Amino acid sequence: MTAPSPAADLAGSVRSGARRAQDVLEQYLAVVDDRESEVHAFNLVLADEARSRAAAVDELVASGRDPGPLAGVPIALKDNLCTRGIPTTCSSRILEGWRPPYDATVVDRLRAAGAVVVGKTNMDEFAMGSSTESSAFGPTHNPHDTTRVPGGSSGGSAAAVAAGFAPLALGSDTGGSIRQPAALCGVVGLKPTYGTVSRYGLIAFASSLDQIGPFATTVADAALTLDVIGGHDPCDSTSLNRPAPLTLSVLDDGVDGLTVGLLTELLDGADPDVAARVRQAADTFAAAGAKVEEISVPEVKLGLSAYYLIAPAEASSNLARYDGVRFGLRVDAEDTVAMNTATRSTGFGAEVKRRIMLGTYALSAGYFDAYYGQALRVRTLIIEGFARAYERCDLLLGPTTPTTAFELGSKVDDPLLMYLSDVCTIPSNLAGHPAVSVPFGSGADGLPVGVQLLAPALQEGTLLRGAAVLEAGAPDPSAAGAGAGNAGGSAS
Amino acid sequence: MSADHRLTREDVAHVAGLARLHLSDEELDLFTGQLASVLDHAADVASLDLAGVEPTAHPLPVSNVFRSDEVRPSLDRDELLGQAPSVEDHRFRVPRILGEAP
Repeated sequence: MTAPSPAADLAGSVRSGARRAQDVLEQYLAVVDDRESEVHAFNLVLADEARSRAAAVDELVASGRDPGPLAGVPIALKDNLCTRGIPTTCSSRILEGWRPPYDATVVDRLRAAGAVVVGKTNMDEFAMGSSTESSAFGPTHNPHDTTRVPGGSSGGSAAAVAAGFAPLALGSDTGGSIRQPAALCGVVGLKPTYGTVSRYGLIAFASSLDQIGPFATTVADAALTLDVIGGHDPCDSTSLNRPAPLTLSVLDDGVDGLTVGLLTELLDGADPDVAARVRQAADTFAAAGAKVEEISVPEVKLGLSAYYLIAPAEASSNLARYDGVRFGLRVDAEDTVAMNTATRSTGFGAEVKRRIMLGTYALSAGYFDAYYGQALRVRTLIIEGFARAYERCDLLLGPTTPTTAFELGSKVDDPLLMYLSDVCTIPSNLAGHPAVSVPFGSGADGLPVGVQLLAPALQEGTLLRGAAVLEAGAPDPSAAGAGAGNAGGSAS
Repeated sequence: MSADHRLTREDVAHVAGLARLHLSDEELDLFTGQLASVLDHAADVASLDLAGVEPTAHPLPVSNVFRSDEVRPSLDRDELLGQAPSVEDHRFRVPRILGEAP
């Protein structure tokens, strides 16, 4: 059997009438009250809205109807997911005061499944960052050690789950923005296959890379959430016209007979303590009956450079819409071009400006072929490299991040150093493949280590079967210094 | 190859104008160094001979999607205009666009 599933168990007890959704919610809100001031996971806590939603769930149960598979389960949403009438900021000043006129498809699906949205979580501005420090509203702190970053860009969502503010959260992953913070915060984080989860209502960063996915404390809860939010949506033209994935039903199938490739390029730059956990994870697979072999995909080494050309190029186009005309911030000036410029210069933070500049440069006359064109060709090489690996392997294994959570402030002055935090996660985005980070013990500093599993497109079932085996074989998380009780002790 | 050119302060100022950003002198100095170091790292990609490799703009093979042309409710005009910084006669109002006075 897989590990206990807090979200699934909560939903079960609410559906059966054993527990009231309102009581479940108050229990989580009490944890928020207790620790949010030191963690800063949220841009906005929606206590009132959540209370009326929980009451509605309880009424459904009382009237004999089924609120759905996430009945009464509190969930936190990254603040780049549109919520109708509720501020959605992308942690940027440029969206100040904006209230979306519609809900993201994932928000509709969560509510239809009975989930209770408890708040909008902090993030790197427009999801550009790996530490949540580029937020215009100040950083989120890692619940395991509040002097450390939670990772990013979905750092608020990862921290919310790690701190026990909610059993589930959604994030978005463009170059690792779900998996990297999941690893640093010691929770499960899943990036589905591109096109599996609708991007309708996800504020765009890099449209060919962005994908929404869940954070959870267990693999089974991540699977349950994916099964709820996935599936075709006519409102997203890149949504794959397929039924929702059904991963929950195969979770206990194990890995006997599968081949797992230890991806050597991902291990190369990892700290020794992180690499040791990955090798221990490989042993876990072997003990569970999988064949484990080392495999090399040299092309993935080019992923970082290709990503930091492609993603900024797409971002420079996507963020052209923030011009002070139709919504959000306007800084007045004598003519429209000056108003556009004043609005953008005031409303965007330094990292967003850097990415827009980088993307504009990579797309500009004279450099288009040398940078953007080359990066698109490298993307082809990476896809071909993975295809070769998947002729021999069912899954690939590596670290999620090269290090455990780093100190707040330690990388903000060196963008390239910050970008290197994404080196292990980027290849899956470029290929459009699914990948998951699973907590696997701790590093030498006692902080969580995440190991990453990668699968071919649309193989979420196999991916999560493997993740469940890792979860069952993971070293005791209490040895990671984890848990709400002992965090913050070293805060200066 | 044009990627051999090292990014200058003038390049950064030019690109900022294209992107409708105004950078202070300090930002120009800072960004010139930071962006140059990212582009130096990207030399591993820019310097490859990839003449025979097709570019990939989209990760999965999907083609255009069509739907039947049915009239459906759209978002409420007043609600959308209510989000705008300035509105006049159900339109977005902006400062003058052309050179002459309004």
